[in-house]
Amino acid sequence: MSDLLRVDGLCLATADKSLVEDLSFTIAPGERFGVIGESGSGKSLTALAITGLLPRAIRPSGQISLAGQQVVGASERQLAALRGPAVATVFQEPLTALDPLMPLGRQIALPVQRRLKREGADTSRTAVARDVRLLLDQVRLPDPDRLIHAFPHQVSGGQRQRVAIAMALACRPQLLIADEPTTALDVTTQAEIVKLITALVDELGIALLFISHDLAVVGQVAERVMVMRHGRAVETGPAAKVLTAPDDAYTRKLVDAARRFDTALEGRA
Amino acid sequence: MSTPVTTAPRRRRTNPIHWLGFVLVGVIVLAGLVSFVWTPYALSDMAGGRLEAPNWQHWAGTDRLGRDLFTQLMIGARIALVVGSGAVAIGAAIGITTGVLAAFATRFFDDALAALFDILIAFPTLLIAMLVVAAREEASLGTAILALGIGLSPVVGRVTRILTKRILSQDYITAARVSGTSWPAIVFWHILPNIAPFLGVNLALQFGLAVMAEASLSYLGLGAPPPNASWGRMLQEAQSTVYTAPWGAVLPGLALFTLVIGVNLLADGLRDRFDPTQRGA
Ligand SMILES: Nc1ncnc2c1ncn2[C@@H]1O[C@H](COP(=O)(O)OP(=O)(O)O)[C@@H](O)[C@H]1O
Ligand SMILES: [Mg+2]
Repeated sequence: MSDLLRVDGLCLATADKSLVEDLSFTIAPGERFGVIGESGSGKSLTALAITGLLPRAIRPSGQISLAGQQVVGASERQLAALRGPAVATVFQEPLTALDPLMPLGRQIALPVQRRLKREGADTSRTAVARDVRLLLDQVRLPDPDRLIHAFPHQVSGGQRQRVAIAMALACRPQLLIADEPTTALDVTTQAEIVKLITALVDELGIALLFISHDLAVVGQVAERVMVMRHGRAVETGPAAKVLTAPDDAYTRKLVDAARRFDTALEGRA
Repeated sequence: MSTPVTTAPRRRRTNPIHWLGFVLVGVIVLAGLVSFVWTPYALSDMAGGRLEAPNWQHWAGTDRLGRDLFTQLMIGARIALVVGSGAVAIGAAIGITTGVLAAFATRFFDDALAALFDILIAFPTLLIAMLVVAAREEASLGTAILALGIGLSPVVGRVTRILTKRILSQDYITAARVSGTSWPAIVFWHILPNIAPFLGVNLALQFGLAVMAEASLSYLGLGAPPPNASWGRMLQEAQSTVYTAPWGAVLPGLALFTLVIGVNLLADGLRDRFDPTQRGA
């Protein structure tokens, strides 16, 4: 079967340091794939490498094939053609991922406009506005009339992240990358956002690359997971198996720690 | 979770000091505009006695040739405004373009442009302006504006470059790129609006400097030639009689001061007013 994303022997390094080594994994169309790893294990860099947006100082080698297009070594023009239709990203901190001086409605409208243009569809103001409304509805944002005129600092963290998700969905990507999308949010909001992302990618048939350092969150979202440590994959497999009966010693430590944490919480309840 | 979306009222109370800026600039603009249709006397009309102190016929007194100083002040307001806005427009066009380009350029060109800005800034603006005037081989109002605009462009360029780099490292730029926004679109939709509040205040400062520099150019005889009555030229002409008729120098100096302070206060106020992040959260 043809994979949507195939990463093969990916290495990322600066001039004097190797940051990600020999990473390989695949994501099928519509699949929900999770990446777990402690902070600094190379998760975000891997996501950036897939979108071709690595900082200049970091050189990639190996293969990344996204929607049939080779990413490593691709021209800026080829990459630009991938960003949007093939892949879109939701970041960790929704406050800084939104333009502070642009009304939220306009921020969603820009990618909508680009997609409509790309599809050769009607790009009139009413057509764009209609799609923006649709997206706000999809991410379950209340009071769209006021929201489209609001600025990022005027809405809550959860609402900002919903706007960021709407912006990513506006591109109609085949793959959605969510890089720690709930880390900056409080626990209740976290759960809502996780549910929303899972429901939306299933509803729209979008594949998901969900990155988190939180085992429980990834467990809720992903069908398959990869555990990373120090820039390497230590274990890859079905979520149910890796998160209950891991083969790798490091994964087992993570799972045990998470379990102890849960029991401790239950004990207090 | 369902925090209501609070769009605070758009009109907030304006700081009185910013109103002052509005009033000061307003007075000068009004004087400049009225000068097109009415002045107490004609510019070269030697209507009074020599060096009259301010009185009911000549509100600001007269100069050595008995010409009305209030008339000259009004015409001077118009010249100051044209010089200030013209120079800032030219300086902003050159400075913003090169500043943004530098921020986007490869390391080598960025460093080269940054060094060029620094070298040109170290050059006194007045000296650059004098070179331009010399190159054009004639002193005219247009030459003075062009010269001052070129002179202040490296300052704008340097500020723009630094501000742009700061914005470029923000997450929302990465977010825009990931979703396939082209560089020109990023510049117009995200970078320029986000540097505008800071740049605006800087440009107001440059406006004041340009008006004062024109006064210096005029003072050196390199500004607008007669019969243009720029405040700088008035200062120059009042120089020799500053002890016997101080108002000839004090009044254009005061007008200059009013405009420069006013523009800066106004820019400050506009920035506060249009900054959405200052609106209620
Ligand atoms: N621009 C950069 N230059 C050099 N090293 C970097 C850069 N960005 C990240 N790194 C390093 O790469 C490693 C992996 O970072 P990252 O992918 O952000 O980790 P995480 O798994 O927390 O997302 C970290 O050790 C980090 O210090
Ligand atoms: Mg990260």
